[in-house]
This record gives sequence, C-alpha cells and structure tokens, in this order.
Amino acid sequence: MSRLAVPKTYKLYIGGKFPRSESGRTYEVVTKRGAFLANAAKASRKDARDAVVAARSALSGWANATPYNRGQVLYRIAELLEGRRAQFVDEIVSSEGVSASAATRQVDEAIDRWVWYAGWADKYVQVTGNANPVSGPYFNLSVPEPTGVVAIVAPQDSSLLGLVSVVAPALVAGNTVVVIASERLPLSAISLSEVLATSDVPGGVVNILTGSAGEITPWLASHADVNALDLTGAAALDWVDLEIAAADTLKRVLRPEGGTDLAAPSLDRITALTETKTVWHTKSLI
Amino acid sequence: MTETQKALVPRPTALELFDGPVTDASLRRYLEGIPGVDAVGLEQRAANLGSRSIKTTSKKWALDKIIELIDLTTLEGADTPGKVRSLVAKAITPDASDSSTPRVAAVCVYGDMVPYAVEALGVHHAKGTDSGINVAAVATAFPSGRASLAIKLSDTADAVDAGADEIDMVIDRGAFLSGRYGQVYDEIVAVKEACRRSDGSYAHLKVILETGELNTYDNVRRASWLAILAGGDFIKTSTGKVAPAATLPVTLSMLEVVRDWHRLTGEKIGVKPAGGIRTSKDAIKYLVTVAETVGEEWLQPHLFRFGASSLLNDVLLQRQKMTTGHYSGADYVTID
Repeated sequence: MSRLAVPKTYKLYIGGKFPRSESGRTYEVVTKRGAFLANAAKASRKDARDAVVAARSALSGWANATPYNRGQVLYRIAELLEGRRAQFVDEIVSSEGVSASAATRQVDEAIDRWVWYAGWADKYVQVTGNANPVSGPYFNLSVPEPTGVVAIVAPQDSSLLGLVSVVAPALVAGNTVVVIASERLPLSAISLSEVLATSDVPGGVVNILTGSAGEITPWLASHADVNALDLTGAAALDWVDLEIAAADTLKRVLRPEGGTDLAAPSLDRITALTETKTVWHTKSLI
Repeated sequence: MTETQKALVPRPTALELFDGPVTDASLRRYLEGIPGVDAVGLEQRAANLGSRSIKTTSKKWALDKIIELIDLTTLEGADTPGKVRSLVAKAITPDASDSSTPRVAAVCVYGDMVPYAVEALGVHHAKGTDSGINVAAVATAFPSGRASLAIKLSDTADAVDAGADEIDMVIDRGAFLSGRYGQVYDEIVAVKEACRRSDGSYAHLKVILETGELNTYDNVRRASWLAILAGGDFIKTSTGKVAPAATLPVTLSMLEVVRDWHRLTGEKIGVKPAGGIRTSKDAIKYLVTVAETVGEEWLQPHLFRFGASSLLNDVLLQRQKMTTGHYSGADYVTID
C-alpha cells in the first residue's frame, strides 16, 4: 500500500520555542536538482530581534553555569546527535545531493567536532588564562570570560558540519548564540534545533534562524545588544559594510572564511569570543 | 475625628443621581441594578483593539505620548531616599542621549518617601498642574488596605502634608466582596476629604480597585461606579502586588464606565492601568483602547496614566531604534 508523503513545515528556534516567522513568510527548500523538499520559515528582522532578546536573557544562566556543567550539557548534545544519525544522513543526502557515505562522513565529523569542543569547556581557561608575574607581592590573574551574545552567519555550503563548527566554539566559553543557518541547506540546522530542545541546553542559549542571511545580518551587525559577530559564512555578503556597522558598537568580528574545511576546529575559535579579565590580589594578609 | 466626619461631602452629581442620601441600601439597589458585562464580547473587543498596527510616525507619536502618561513607580519594601532620588532623576531626564525625550507625568512612591521626591524634583515639581512632574503617593495601608479608617486617613493626610499632589488609595476589597458597599463608599468619601490641603484645594484621588481580587468583570464595573460616585478623580486597576494586575479587557470595562459617566453627567474621570504593562507594544494597545472608547481627548496626563516602572526603559529602547535606525540594548538605558 502506498502512503502519502508527509512534507514537513519547519519553523524557527527562538528562546527554546519553535515559532513561525513573525512576518508569516516561508520559502521552499529544494534538492540540488530543484525538487521540493520542505517549507522553511523565512525569518524577518523582528525574529532576529526576538532571538537577541532570548539570547540576552539566557546569557547569565549559561555563562554562570560551571564549566564542568557546560561541558556535560554540550556532550549530551553529541549523544543525542549520535542517536539521530540516520535522520541527519537522510537530510544531507536529499538536500546536498551527495552520496550516503559522504553524508555519513559529514555527520560523523560534526559529532566528533562537537565532542572535541565539549571537552574544552572545563579546560580552555587553564590553557588560555595566566598567572602574570608582577613586581610586587600580588597575585595577578588573567582569565577569559564569555563576551556575551554572539550573532553568527553559518557557512552557506554545508548542512551540518559548518553549523556545528561555528556554534559549538561560541557555546564552550558561555556565550549565547543567534545563528543564521545556510539559506539553501537549512534542514540539518532545524533538526539540530529539535535535538537542542530535547537536550539540557537552557532555552535561548542557541537560537536558530532560517532565511536570507543578506536580509537579517545587517540588523544583527548594527544591533546594540549583540556583543560579537561571526561572519564565517558571510563571504558572499557585503561583509565589509557589516564589519563597519558592527564597529559602531565595538563588537568583536570574525571575518569570513573560504576553503574546503570552513572553521576548522581550533582553540582560537573559542578564545576569539572571550574577553580577558585581569584581577589583582594581595599574596598575604599578614 | 468627629470634625472630619462632619465635613464628608460625596460627589454632588452622585447625590443628584440618587435623589436623596446615599445609603448602603440605595447603593446596593443601584450597583446591583447595573447590567452585567458580556465577558466574551468584552474580551473579543479588547483583543480586536489590541490587533491594530501602529507604525512609523504614529508609533513615534504613541511612544512620546506613553512617556508623558507614565507614573514612574517604585513601591518596594527596600525603597530608600537614594532610590527615590534616582527615580526622580530618571523622571526628569529619561534618556540622557536624547534631549527631545518628553518627561513622565509623575513619580509614584510610598507616603514616607514623598518629602525626598519633592526635594529631588525641586523646580520640576508640577504641584498638581500638567507642566512638570507630579508626586503621587500610595496611601490607606497600601497594598492590602487592611487597617482602621483612622490610620488610613492619617496615612493620607501625612502624604498630602508632605507635598503629594496625588493620592493612590486602595479600596477595602473584603468589604466590597461581602456586599458592604456603603462602607467602601464612606471610606472613599472620607479619604477624599483627607486629601484636602490647608488652602482648601484637594490632592487628586486615584482609587485602586485591585481588579485581580474582584474576580468578575461585573464586580469591576460595580466597583468603578462606586469609586466614581464617591468622588474618585481617577480609577486605577491594581496595586501591582496582585496577579493578575492590569489587563486590557479590565481596563476596557473601566473605560466604558468612565464613558457612561461622562455621557450622564459631563464629568471626566481618569483611568490608570497599573502593573504588568512592560512593553511598548502593550502600552500602545492601551492607547488605542482609550482613543476608541472614550476618545483621544482622554490621552492626557490628567485623564490617563500608566502605572509602570520597567515600561519606560522599553519605550526608550524603541524610541532609540526609531531615531538611530538600529536596535538598541539594555546597556543604553539606566538600570532600575
């Protein structure tokens, strides 16, 4: 007996909820050959604004969680991704038009990368912080702290791996994230949001928008309540203008990257989204 | 005490309306004769009024209007003179980055904080006029209202003596709900009298109905009539200490009473929703409701107020967005 296909209508992921776009707009996600795959919400600037509000309110809880706890929460996401491998492979095969083995390699790589970053959560402070020698009887300690709300343009030509490569390092330090998924390949991003919703990540820590990066990014770049802008996937946009807009409010900016392995895993991606706090303390009270 | 009781004069139009003395029995006859509220219709009407789209220039006008209508409030047990002074500073200069920002209508504080508010306002003190900032004080054992009448009256008189231009009193919800309308009425009349200054003028009296404790729209409507009959200049939804506080349907039903009273007597009564209005979006819904129910004429500080504390910051953020073209953030307004 044949069944009717159940095409999925995907929504945004903001503040731990799955709202439609405030604008009511959707767009069709198609395969590489142009066949219909699904409807996805087309986020507007107001959805981006709502996402920033959600990210801001989630920040203190996530940033103040112990690094150990953050690491556990991130590792748990990797566990859930592992359980959904088949779904991610299917989606990558149908949307990117690659072979099943290539899709499997991408999913494996994404999960491995997530685990790698999860491990850094309770280690990066030791590696990048420092006890500075000073000419007096003082402890002088420099420690990295999360910069705050990070707006990210995910790599546009990768379904899952690109997204994981930019979101995970921002989360490690305790930042909260508003990420614009690949416009052409958003399905893995939305499935990832379903994973996040059922994991232990507090709502608002990761907010995923689908739609046109060209339309939404300028609003995030100029938004006064966003602390950093990761333009890794924005090579096709007028990213110089975005950088100029971001400079108005002194945001940290990561420039677009090219090449085959976008946003390769590195400690630098974590520390780029941190601020260094230096404290002095007397060595003895006697 | 006997002197105060002798001087009790309810609203003259109320006496005409009743054609005789106002007693518990006549009040009950009158209030319980008021037709009931169609709750479904009221909520749908309120939802409908809340769905208007207010954009660009209208929105800019609305945001400025909202600021002009705000009673900037701090009613915490932990209030200090310093906190009141910073509240007043914010009332005088809501947005230091934009000098075109209008000032709020009043600051609303506990009675013992009135002297500090008056002192901090200095030349900006409006003293009951519309030009400047008024000082409103909550009185009559706010927020519960559970104290003897003598204490409520001296609470009120203290605040007025200290320079309060407006008194926010709470009604005795217990008496109202058990049907002792006469007692509630007499209390409002007595408090109104306690608002009299030595020069014979009166501080503005806002009567808080605490709609969250009245349970039904019918009760809200009756309490509104009762407060107006007894001489309240304003009817106010809530103390902000009880949930639910102000809601759009409740405010709409109070506005309808104000409209009916205006038709009946020509007198204009003010309305003040308070508590729970935190976003510009919500506040704009109230402006629409006022304009559509009693008319745009009511959108001025002596006839409509928002009782709010965090609302002002949200309005300022929206205002900054409209002036600069990009979204602003909490780092660009004061921490309350």
